Amino acid sequence: MRRWLPWIAALALAALPAVLTPYASDLVVKIVIFAVFALSLELLVGMTGLVSLGHAAFFGIGAYTTLLASPEADGGNLLLLLLAAMAAAALYALFVGALSLRTKGVYFIMVTLAFAQMAYFVFHDTKLGGGSDGIYLNVRPLLGPLDAGNKRHMYYLALAALAATYGLLSLLRRSRFGHALAGIRVNEQRMRAAGFATYRYKLAAFVLAGALAGLAGFLLAVQDGVVNPELMAWHESGAVLLMIILGGLGHLRGAVIGAAAFALLKELYATPALVGDFLAGHWQLTLGITIIAFVALLPKGLIGLLERRP
Amino acid sequence: MDFATFLVQCLNAVQYGLLLFLVASGLTLIFGIMGVINLAHGSFYMAGAYLAFSLAPLFGQHFLPMLLVGVLLSAAFGYLLEWAFFSFLYEREHLQQVLMTYALILVFEELRSMLVGNDVHGVPAPDWLAGTLPLGSLMTYPVYRLFASAACIVVGLALYGVVNHTRLGMMIRAGASNREMVRGLGIDITRLYRIVFAGGVALAALAGMIAAPMSSVYPGMGAHILIICFVVVVIGGIGSIGGALIASLLVGFVDTFGKVFFAELSGIGVYLLMAAVLVWRPEGLMKKGW
Repeated sequence: MRRWLPWIAALALAALPAVLTPYASDLVVKIVIFAVFALSLELLVGMTGLVSLGHAAFFGIGAYTTLLASPEADGGNLLLLLLAAMAAAALYALFVGALSLRTKGVYFIMVTLAFAQMAYFVFHDTKLGGGSDGIYLNVRPLLGPLDAGNKRHMYYLALAALAATYGLLSLLRRSRFGHALAGIRVNEQRMRAAGFATYRYKLAAFVLAGALAGLAGFLLAVQDGVVNPELMAWHESGAVLLMIILGGLGHLRGAVIGAAAFALLKELYATPALVGDFLAGHWQLTLGITIIAFVALLPKGLIGLLERRP
Repeated sequence: MDFATFLVQCLNAVQYGLLLFLVASGLTLIFGIMGVINLAHGSFYMAGAYLAFSLAPLFGQHFLPMLLVGVLLSAAFGYLLEWAFFSFLYEREHLQQVLMTYALILVFEELRSMLVGNDVHGVPAPDWLAGTLPLGSLMTYPVYRLFASAACIVVGLALYGVVNHTRLGMMIRAGASNREMVRGLGIDITRLYRIVFAGGVALAALAGMIAAPMSSVYPGMGAHILIICFVVVVIGGIGSIGGALIASLLVGFVDTFGKVFFAELSGIGVYLLMAAVLVWRPEGLMKKGW
């Protein structure tokens, strides 16, 4: 039963647009995009044991590349833009990874954070991407009959990206490369003694995670049609880390569950009809208190609820 | 750039660096001894600035008593906070603490917005510090900024004294170099943690109170200083107060002169500095302790 859960979830998501209102459908697309983003971080944190607090940089760079590479007046080539976004994010990940992987543990957390801030300030303070206002996408990209401007097409595009990312990572986990990453997470010293060039493995994971975050950024840019530096702000890096911890580290489905739970909680707490005007105006307070409660009561994340009790 | 401008910029750099030092020393102590990555540390700086804003009308010209009351209040607040939210987290992973402090930021930001609103405020400097000093024939320098630097130096010296010449300081240094050993020697680590955390909160809040009359008091002021302080801690070496001092001054100079020479790209100067230091010394400039 448990094995089939991702397939059932995928089928359910594919059938959903038939019954959803446009607003709810947009919310699902957003959740799907953030699930891709969360999965890309899960590759680093859950699988390799590298806690990055600067992952939003790659997300933002993917989004910015999409808009900067799009033609002014007509729709760009969807596939080329997607590859460009992933390549740009991967390139920055290569630079950041090469430097920050020299450090360990808490240093790594802070260094990735600082490099993300560097990217944030480049886009925030210079005219490169329209400064703090960001830039707009005039026409959504196309690929043959596929038009990202069409809501239904966009829905399935995002869903396909999530399925591909999920599939890729679950294959990766079972591969030799994935086992090496798991070995590094548990005991890097021993892996090195066993003859693995651990630095290269970690760098490869870091670059791949960056590229996948770039994919999520591409999707978000196309969905929203606008990007601004706040995409790379450290709040975003914190939020995505929160999603995977909330869902449960070490499980791919945990990242997806966490992304959905985070987005839905935020939506719930900010809707005046559900929680009243006062609380909806102060949704950060209720969200913060909920997270504190989660930390105190559910050390294994939401997925811990599903696991059988001993 | 003539000599007087250069001098003014140097004074600004030192003043900014010293202010960073107050915040970063608390951050580095809390990490070095408790092993907690405190993302909410910037919020304490913000809380200090808002504390100055709310206390200033009550105290009028009595600025120093106001600082004292603010420090005591924030230390008590830190003591309670550690008891309520952190005491059960030490046995857990770092990630859980990151999550907890992230949640605390959300809560603090929202409480701030509920209590004092989202407006930008100014806090007037007291009259006896409001003037300016002539510097050369054309330039002047605000007295308050000199006072801020002096206050930071006094606090820094006091910190040095406490850490190096008291029993508490001995425990702090021991805790920074080997936490388990300290516990093994029968020192009440729970109490030590609580004191260190309260001290760190008080330092950050004091920095916020001192900064309030120079910069305006605004929402989000905590987030900016937090990230810069991370850079300071990474450059200086985690758990090292001396390293934090050197790194704060470095960052102060790079930031101030970056703004003078490369206005547009000034934001990334400190991060480049950090990258350079990491290539050279991945563990930061100094070892734990001092």
